[in-house]
Amino acid sequence: MFNTHYTDVAIIGGGPAGLAAALAARRAGAEHVTVLERNHELGGILQQCIHNGFGLHRFKEELTGPEYAYRFIPQVEADPNIHVYLNTMVLSLSPEKEMTAVHPVHGLISLKAKSVILAMGCRERTRGALSIPGTRPAGVYTAGTAQRFVNMDGFMPGKRVVILGSGDIGLIMARRFTMEGAKVEAVVEIMPYPAGLARNIAQCLEDFDIPLYLSATVTKIHGKDRVEGVTVSQVDNGWCPIPGTERYIPCDTLLLSVGLIPENELSQEAEVSLDPRTGGPIVDENRETLISGIFACGNVLHVHDLVDYVSDEAEIAGEAAARYALKQTADGVLNATNGKVDKFAIKPGDGVRYVLPQRVTKGAEVDLYLRVSQPMDAITLSLSGLTLARKRQVRPSEMLKIRLKAQHWESLLEAGNAEGRELCLAAEPR
Amino acid sequence: MAIDTQIGQELKRKMTCIVCPTGCQLEVEKNADGKLSIIGFQCRRGEVYAENEITDPRRVLTTTVKIRNASLPLLPVRTTEAIPKELLAKAMEILAQVEVTAPVRTGDVIVTNLLDTGIDVIASRDMKRTEDVA
Amino acid sequence: MGEKTHYDVIVIGGGVVGTALLRTLSRYQLKAALLEKHAEVGWGATKANSGIVHAGFHNKPGSWMAKLCVAGNRMYDQLCDELDVPFFRNGLMMVARTQEEEEILQQFYQQGLENGVPGMEILDGDAARRLEPNLSEEISMVLRAPSGGIVLPFELAAAMAENAVSNGADVYTEVEVASISHGYDGFTITSKDGGTWKADYIVNSAGLFSDDLARMCGLDVPSLIPRKGEEYILDQRVGNLVRHTIFPVPTPKSKGILVIPTAEGNLMIGPTALEMPYKDDVSTTTTGLDEILSFTQGLVPKIQRRDIIAAFAGIRSGSPTGDFIFESSNEGKAVHLLGIESPGLTAAPAIAELAAEMLAEAGLPLKEKPNFNPRRPKVIRFKRLSDEEKKEVIKENPLYAHVVCRCETITEGEIVDAVRRGARTVDGVKFRTRAGMGRCQGGFCTPYVVKILARELGVSPLEITKRGKGSELLTAEAKFFLKGGETNV
Repeated sequence: MFNTHYTDVAIIGGGPAGLAAALAARRAGAEHVTVLERNHELGGILQQCIHNGFGLHRFKEELTGPEYAYRFIPQVEADPNIHVYLNTMVLSLSPEKEMTAVHPVHGLISLKAKSVILAMGCRERTRGALSIPGTRPAGVYTAGTAQRFVNMDGFMPGKRVVILGSGDIGLIMARRFTMEGAKVEAVVEIMPYPAGLARNIAQCLEDFDIPLYLSATVTKIHGKDRVEGVTVSQVDNGWCPIPGTERYIPCDTLLLSVGLIPENELSQEAEVSLDPRTGGPIVDENRETLISGIFACGNVLHVHDLVDYVSDEAEIAGEAAARYALKQTADGVLNATNGKVDKFAIKPGDGVRYVLPQRVTKGAEVDLYLRVSQPMDAITLSLSGLTLARKRQVRPSEMLKIRLKAQHWESLLEAGNAEGRELCLAAEPR
Repeated sequence: MAIDTQIGQELKRKMTCIVCPTGCQLEVEKNADGKLSIIGFQCRRGEVYAENEITDPRRVLTTTVKIRNASLPLLPVRTTEAIPKELLAKAMEILAQVEVTAPVRTGDVIVTNLLDTGIDVIASRDMKRTEDVA
Repeated sequence: MGEKTHYDVIVIGGGVVGTALLRTLSRYQLKAALLEKHAEVGWGATKANSGIVHAGFHNKPGSWMAKLCVAGNRMYDQLCDELDVPFFRNGLMMVARTQEEEEILQQFYQQGLENGVPGMEILDGDAARRLEPNLSEEISMVLRAPSGGIVLPFELAAAMAENAVSNGADVYTEVEVASISHGYDGFTITSKDGGTWKADYIVNSAGLFSDDLARMCGLDVPSLIPRKGEEYILDQRVGNLVRHTIFPVPTPKSKGILVIPTAEGNLMIGPTALEMPYKDDVSTTTTGLDEILSFTQGLVPKIQRRDIIAAFAGIRSGSPTGDFIFESSNEGKAVHLLGIESPGLTAAPAIAELAAEMLAEAGLPLKEKPNFNPRRPKVIRFKRLSDEEKKEVIKENPLYAHVVCRCETITEGEIVDAVRRGARTVDGVKFRTRAGMGRCQGGFCTPYVVKILARELGVSPLEITKRGKGSELLTAEAKFFLKGGETNV
């Protein structure tokens, strides 16, 4: 067979999550960190997100995607103990943290790590997943694919565009297409409210008078070889098209911005359990999955709307993965307490779509990240009856963060609200 | 939604603040004497944004220019500061004519004093020369 | 654009029948060519075929369908081995849920015996569920035919064409026949864009359009019945719900809606059978999807709407007689193969033999070529190699280390190989390699596939199409519109 390489912390993916995790792992004392990146450069999807708006929380600046990536890339490249494999695709991952990957020069690589960080990101939901009826002509793209063509490959995929879904990438692409001289006829959203950030509705659609049709969807694609138009219909409360509301919009391109799905095929191969609500692994406050020593962060864990939070999350995972690696003895036997400590499950209750982490060590001070299930003007967030925070103007598109503090634990345990080692986070309108 | 209601010299406008992802819903009222009253912001930057949006709306322009001898045909660029909104289309036309040659470093000035705004267009990433890429 | 070669035989229509015939003809010392309307072979009904290699119990004893289905089925092992096309005898199950259906099922068993279908057995519901635990509890009786199989129809057609070309045959794509005339110097075929081709013999294997072509040769044939079928592909995650292809008891119009494992490990559900006024409507519909889902959930309850990753539709060339129709015209020098609907894929290799015999009877000399090579160079399917083999392949060609399609683990090496074997379009690459067929449906790999195709074909990415002229993927170069550029779209 071929030689196996050894590393302390292996990170799958060199996008925003992988970059921050690598630096954090080194700061936390990991001696040898390996980053496996399938692209020819680091930075992941940020490299094609040329618009600004990144980094306000972390750097108090409005950076473009590549600029945000460059806050990390030079440090990663400068560290001789971070080994970056570019053009490298990981083919397999086992629960024992053994990987195989392919590289054009090194060929098939076998790698064994003390801990692994999953940072593979996500993929876009497609037309097939939506089952839009009609023909299957050229000219139907996911928004991210179109973004790559327009911003990196140097081609315009069309001149008259309809966008299905009001996710942030779709909104950003509505502006890009318009600025590049194409015409965006409409953005069509099935929900009664937009999926993307309010600021993107304002600066990407309203600035250019692009109509946004809410409670509407594309019910048919027309055109034999290339898209010639789409039929758009209003939908009822059950998302069913309302007969008689059809309107035909001529266009040569249909962009889909209908959601992102964490990319967990490798995670599943390593027997990592997933949360059906997030589509990503079930993790604890260290972002450790249910497979000991395998951690996850970024969009592979749950889809973020802000890269700043991806970096924060990756630092938690990177630090914890380093600690895990350091606790391992030479023969690979773990002498930590993982698996024995007291964990509480945190479940989403009324008004909450999901909450992360899904498991928390008893008494640990942690930030809980959550999404509400529908827009609400004002809410009270409570954990098994204990009020944690109040928020205003909340929407599913904006991830919320609240801190679970020591005094909260005291109250919860005192009041006996934590029976069954399960806590329930609810968002109630007030 | 930016909704304007004009009554004589008075103006009432609703808008979404775009300064940060919070996206505060702002309401600006311009009285007959020209004074602005702004509500709905959660931070000072929102107040400033609303004021500018009435008097001198501006946006940061992010786009690409063509680049030779690089691994990609396009270089992402941005204006160093927000430029007047009405200049965006003209700026795009000008930048469509620009072609640079690798290598380029983040922050390199691509166009100085864009449309006499005193604002430059800079590269927003590094781009190595193709020959230099192993 | 005139073609200089005067061919011995020209086959019109490059579906699975036409390509099988072209390969059969390439065994002999003669000059054969194939004209195909689409940008690549196998893109008519073949591409939308379910991929089932039928056992042969469905058809009336003595019919062409029965004879050629059983004969064709027997040829598949050798054919697919020679061409390196994945083929599995996963077996077929026809299921009954009522006493009435049980009786019909028994009749099919008898029919199968008469047709010479090997190895059939009747099982009760529990015995069937021991083999297929996810079958519905309502199923009370099953007819199992182990000789049934699955194949990739497009890949088979492409492989047969490739092998024929390597043995000296010619393939012309994007050639739509406008007229056929027959004179002292043989047949003259004129295409819609004005090209002409000459041949002594022609075979009409134009599928859904074979009635139109037969009429061009002066034959009075009944019109074919366009019958649309929609199919839906499920995620590989649920690919092992069943191993056998599951049939209901058929209706007079079709074999019903099925649950079909594919040769690539997905499940497919469908098809519908809807008679159409037109021959070119391959759209999918909400009603079609709902019909298929509710029906197949009755066979295999674990099938779920959310597992659907892709949809497609095709049009069968429904036969007005209920059987394959073989006709000839022009003193036998034009052979017409009509109404080749199910089990046409299974029968195709046998139909090709029959058509060659018909040509021979009309005077075409069939003299074996001593240097005919029945084998197609092996296709490297990177994902399926062992680690050692992967290592070797990469050492030989580093392009096999660049994974372009991450969902299906398809490498640049495989895509380049597909282009060298004849792929000209994004769909051509997709159907040959599976790049873009996975969960993300090409979202990630399409820009790379476009780039590789453009590079290998030596053209601009703007010329790369999804499936032939008019389906260009990209409209203009960046900044073109801003410089005042106009396109004609």
